[in-house]
Amino acid sequence: MTGQSVISVSNLVKKFGSFVANDNLSFEVYEGEIFGFLGANGAGKTTTIRILSGLSEPTSGKVVVAGFDAKKEPEKIKKNIGYMCQKFSLYEDLTVKENITLYGGIYGMSKNLIRERTAMLLEKLSFQAWGDRLISSLPLGFKQKLAFSIAILHEPRIVYLDEPTGGVDPITRRQFWEMIYETAARGITVFVTTHYMDEAEYCDRVSIMNEGRIVALDTPEGLKKSYNASSIEEVFVKIARPK
Amino acid sequence: MQTVIESSGICKKFGETVALDNITFNVGESEIFGLIGPDGAGKTTLFRIITTISLPDSGSMKVLGLDAIAGFRELRRRIGYMPGRFSLYQDLSVEENLEFYATVFGTTVKENYDLISDIYSHIEPFKKRLAGKLSGGMKQKLALSCALIHKPDLLVLDEPTTGVDAVSRQEFWDMLRKLRQHNITIIVSTPYMDEAMRCDRVGLIQGGRILTVDNPENIRTGFSAILYRIRAAEKYRLLIALRKYSGISSAYPFGDSVHATFRTGRIDESFREFLRSEGMENVTIEESPADIEDRFLELMAAVKTEQGK
Repeated sequence: MTGQSVISVSNLVKKFGSFVANDNLSFEVYEGEIFGFLGANGAGKTTTIRILSGLSEPTSGKVVVAGFDAKKEPEKIKKNIGYMCQKFSLYEDLTVKENITLYGGIYGMSKNLIRERTAMLLEKLSFQAWGDRLISSLPLGFKQKLAFSIAILHEPRIVYLDEPTGGVDPITRRQFWEMIYETAARGITVFVTTHYMDEAEYCDRVSIMNEGRIVALDTPEGLKKSYNASSIEEVFVKIARPK
Repeated sequence: MQTVIESSGICKKFGETVALDNITFNVGESEIFGLIGPDGAGKTTLFRIITTISLPDSGSMKVLGLDAIAGFRELRRRIGYMPGRFSLYQDLSVEENLEFYATVFGTTVKENYDLISDIYSHIEPFKKRLAGKLSGGMKQKLALSCALIHKPDLLVLDEPTTGVDAVSRQEFWDMLRKLRQHNITIIVSTPYMDEAMRCDRVGLIQGGRILTVDNPENIRTGFSAILYRIRAAEKYRLLIALRKYSGISSAYPFGDSVHATFRTGRIDESFREFLRSEGMENVTIEESPADIEDRFLELMAAVKTEQGK
């Protein structure tokens, strides 16, 4: 991938007291790339995502996201990114349309633009009949697809997906990945974490984090070659539990 | 082999929602039985009926030879249950949680220590730590120790590996395998298809219905079509192109490739011509054995077609 860099991290360190959560990370993510961000529980992934979202300040090092410095301009970063996680994304006691309007408003979109995008979004997902339903009454797969669409409603440069497909059925999981492909093809960078190792193979490049450091970063093909493994799962186990 | 769980025609509704629709299956002694399906499939509702916490609307559930309704008192002593949400007391220490569960079941940690030593030894160095302060993998090991401390005959594990990283998942399955030598029957639910291969037998569940029950190998080979694994550098373009081909029957992304089946069964030269006309070059096409996820997708698609009629 040789596009323009949209995330540029050099020598990022984040400490909580004496605990080093991110230990000297350096990497680039390019425009329109699907970037898999893997690691064991507690490896430091969430800390990094918070910094890349402008929610947390690096202890040292330089982080530039969508052209803005994470230390000096975190508010500008927030405007240029979308975020979706498995646990919380939508307001259960609001309808589909109300959720879309709420998020559009938060991102400062005009009423007309929100109306226009709402119609487009519902049509694209074939959700027209569901616009006035409460989120709490919808099946999980539907919610996840809607949450993703809302996370990119304001056409951000980058969208972070934190375990977006947890618990959904295999058909929905694949529909979700097709949405990711389509989003990336439009030039939006997709930065995704997952515990499904087979999903790592959908990514253009994958990084694997262990104890606060990035220990591997390559295409899925390249990782399998250099670790002499037949799957990313095997690579992951070799890295996280070296014999 | 003695039957440990005998579920026959179990139905359960919550208001208008059908959670379980005529669930019939058996689990034999010392088996590791996997219930595989997505969120909302009915796994937890079924487990709550097996563990006597919830009552079915109709059908019969026999566990360890006892009726799950009439025999609930005895069953509760003989079942170890690890619910999906973290079930431990966050403000008690590791050690206190374990002692609490032992006491509730009228036993002591010492009495059954040999059963849990393999698992508990991983977290014993942190026994003074509050359960709420443990990492995901450690919580899971403590919850399993607590579910085992009264030496149950049947262990019921509701999504023990959800949200847990690949390495901890492997360790967890290794622990379950070792428990077999103690004659404990295990029923475990998971949304991860790859874990099916680690079970003796598997039930695939979706929308409150069991799609199939068999050993993993038979489920895999039950795939009814010729499966092709197709790869190209531009994965998304390949998928879009395949969807346009008139002879395509199904096309699903699977990691670095697309798994596809064709109306004609085998592909012919016209398919290769089609790919060329779409400008897809350097496409690798190979026939491939199906895995369990292929079969699950096939069964799900069949259910959808049937419901669409």
